[in-house]
Amino acid sequence: MKSLCALLLCLIATGAIAHKPSDSYLTLERHGAAVQGRWDVSLRDLDAAITLDANGDGEITWGEVRAKRTAIAAYALSRLDLASGGRACPLEAADALIDQHSDGAYAVLRLSGTCPQPGPALSAEYRLLFDIDPTHRGLLQYIEDGRTHSAIFSAEARAQMLGAGTAWQQLAAYVHEGVWHIWLGFDHILFLLSLLLPAVLLRRGGAWQPAESFRGAFWDVARIVTAFTVAHSITLTLAALDVVSLPSRWVESAIALSVVLAAINNVFPVVSHGRWLAAFGFGLIHGFGFAGALRDLGLPTGSLALSLFGFNVGVELGQLAIVGVFLPAAFWLRGTWTYRRVVLAGGSALIAAIAGVWLVERAFNVAILPTVA
Amino acid sequence: MSCFCRCAWLVLTLFLGAPAFAKPFLPIDDGAVLERLPEKTDPSLRDVKRLRAALDRNPGDIALAARLARRAIEAGRETGDPRFFGQAQAALAPWWTQRDPPAQALLLRATLKQSTHDFPGALADLDRLIAANPRDGQALLTRATVLTVQGRYADARADCARIARLTVPLVTIACDAASASVSGEAASAYRTLTGALAAPAADAGLAEWAQTLAGEIAQRRGDAAAAEAHFRAALALDPRDPYLLGAYADFLLDRNRPAEVVPLLKDYTRNDNLLLRLVLAEARLPELRSSFAAHRADLEDRYDAGGRRGDTLHRREEARYALEISGDSGRALALARENWRVQRESADLRILLSAAKAAGDAAVLREAGEWVRAHRLEDAAITALLQTQ
Repeated sequence: MKSLCALLLCLIATGAIAHKPSDSYLTLERHGAAVQGRWDVSLRDLDAAITLDANGDGEITWGEVRAKRTAIAAYALSRLDLASGGRACPLEAADALIDQHSDGAYAVLRLSGTCPQPGPALSAEYRLLFDIDPTHRGLLQYIEDGRTHSAIFSAEARAQMLGAGTAWQQLAAYVHEGVWHIWLGFDHILFLLSLLLPAVLLRRGGAWQPAESFRGAFWDVARIVTAFTVAHSITLTLAALDVVSLPSRWVESAIALSVVLAAINNVFPVVSHGRWLAAFGFGLIHGFGFAGALRDLGLPTGSLALSLFGFNVGVELGQLAIVGVFLPAAFWLRGTWTYRRVVLAGGSALIAAIAGVWLVERAFNVAILPTVA
Repeated sequence: MSCFCRCAWLVLTLFLGAPAFAKPFLPIDDGAVLERLPEKTDPSLRDVKRLRAALDRNPGDIALAARLARRAIEAGRETGDPRFFGQAQAALAPWWTQRDPPAQALLLRATLKQSTHDFPGALADLDRLIAANPRDGQALLTRATVLTVQGRYADARADCARIARLTVPLVTIACDAASASVSGEAASAYRTLTGALAAPAADAGLAEWAQTLAGEIAQRRGDAAAAEAHFRAALALDPRDPYLLGAYADFLLDRNRPAEVVPLLKDYTRNDNLLLRLVLAEARLPELRSSFAAHRADLEDRYDAGGRRGDTLHRREEARYALEISGDSGRALALARENWRVQRESADLRILLSAAKAAGDAAVLREAGEWVRAHRLEDAAITALLQTQ
């Protein structure tokens, strides 16, 4: 009965929580590719995690902390991941200092790192101490362009997207990313080129003839580009909003296949008048590819629509720039033997070969070509 | 980020300074003590560390996890330190989100939910436990406690009646007195409780708990001499119980004896609730102006940190701080009203009334008056507040 009494009392305590709970204070500041920061973690929490009180006397001395400075940095850094543009931003910590907070002494880690892939948003995943104390919180101040944002990491909210600047800056950043994605994503360019190469020609009696008017060539190009745009905008939106999701290996392989088919069609023409239909059909698949890239960049919650719109606009602008360069040049060269034989036939064959290798690489998950990015 | 966050941050940096940006330093002396752990004061708290290490080696061992959680909850209660409750929750991690965990994990989970003021969550777990085993004395007592805090006195007393045959009389009587004394039966509850206390208690912790309760009831009934005697008897049994120290400090503040609060609480400044009482006492003692300023700044830092992490556990205390120290009756009333939605103890009503009076909110005063009449609450301080409207 006595043990029951003790148990009863221990378990009905009211109003018992009265100390400051476990918090860490993280400040991150981003300047372009560079990230700097400061992280204050309480010595009591560090003791619970990696035992600072080496002699077990209930007191943590500077000597005990000093002996574990490397371990403290390693422990903390292993529980914070930053990434930008889908690539990790490795962090380093200088030797820990000490600071006195209202509830005791904290180890102060000064952080620095570089993001190899600048992106509009910085994604942060914080895992400190949640395994030891699920009520722990990481209180974050994120500074960019002189503006401070705050966020709270908890066991339930470990990952945060740290947004960038004003809505306009953010929009501009996503437009920029969209442009670069189409320019650096050779598969999209090659697909588009494969469809555009014959646009300045006409297929008559089993042979290529130069198009008669620029106007006709222009409208052919416009139809193809518009069909491609409408199609990939649909699937990009559906995928970004998580309405539809397809395995990326499947998507990437299908994109490679689309390039192969479009290029082969130029050498051994099967479809000559309805190329805009092919642009639409395969464009649906390319949209899923864009969505994967956008996901890697990070979609800040709260401005999903804005970033989606910006990225899409960027993709279109990048596409228009390619068309703007391609169309006048191709139209000028359309009557030459070089254009028909070297550019159209030879170029398409080369594109088909490259895309064929991609198809094998992506479908079977093997590396054949040296990676570009 | 929402405008609210931005504004809040601006206010924070403008008026309070950012505590996290203080100047870090490199200590020179290896022997410099930077931090004292709770086990420095109470070596038995090492058990928690030891059990944690054992559980790390045998994860999923429910008996070990339950022992650790129970010991950590006990440590949390003894020290008022939420880290122990957090560690208890971590020990229960495999069972924390399960719909139907084993009884021992469920009981501890309910207890932890109660300690973080998740009363509906605690009640759901307790209902399940009691449905499975109607003779689960621990679950019944815990449920009675939660129901009392929510102001559901009849339900609480029904649970107390059910444990009569499961434990010693003092537990049953104290359980019932907690509700009866604030629902129209203060005199008889006090009489029964003091009668039971006259018999030698089997357990010092139990006696201390019951003496504290008796002190609070006597204080509410306006019998200062009896209250003082009970609090002193309780302190003799356990001079370090933070709940008791807070209750006695409140008694001393009510009796306008702030000078006695200072020595009582000066070593407990880590405990926010006790630091609040110390600040309230020092505010009335002009000779302690510098100590008051330092303690006040500390307390503000902690409320600020709590606000930043989104804590709502200490609204009662923060309301008291806002009213009595900051003199911000609007904020005090807002906090007290939010607090009243969650917990309805006599102290919660008192701060609600005080804040409503200061802010001149007649509607809240009327509501509070209705509550007092409906439940026949007997509390001298509350009666005085209502009379001097």
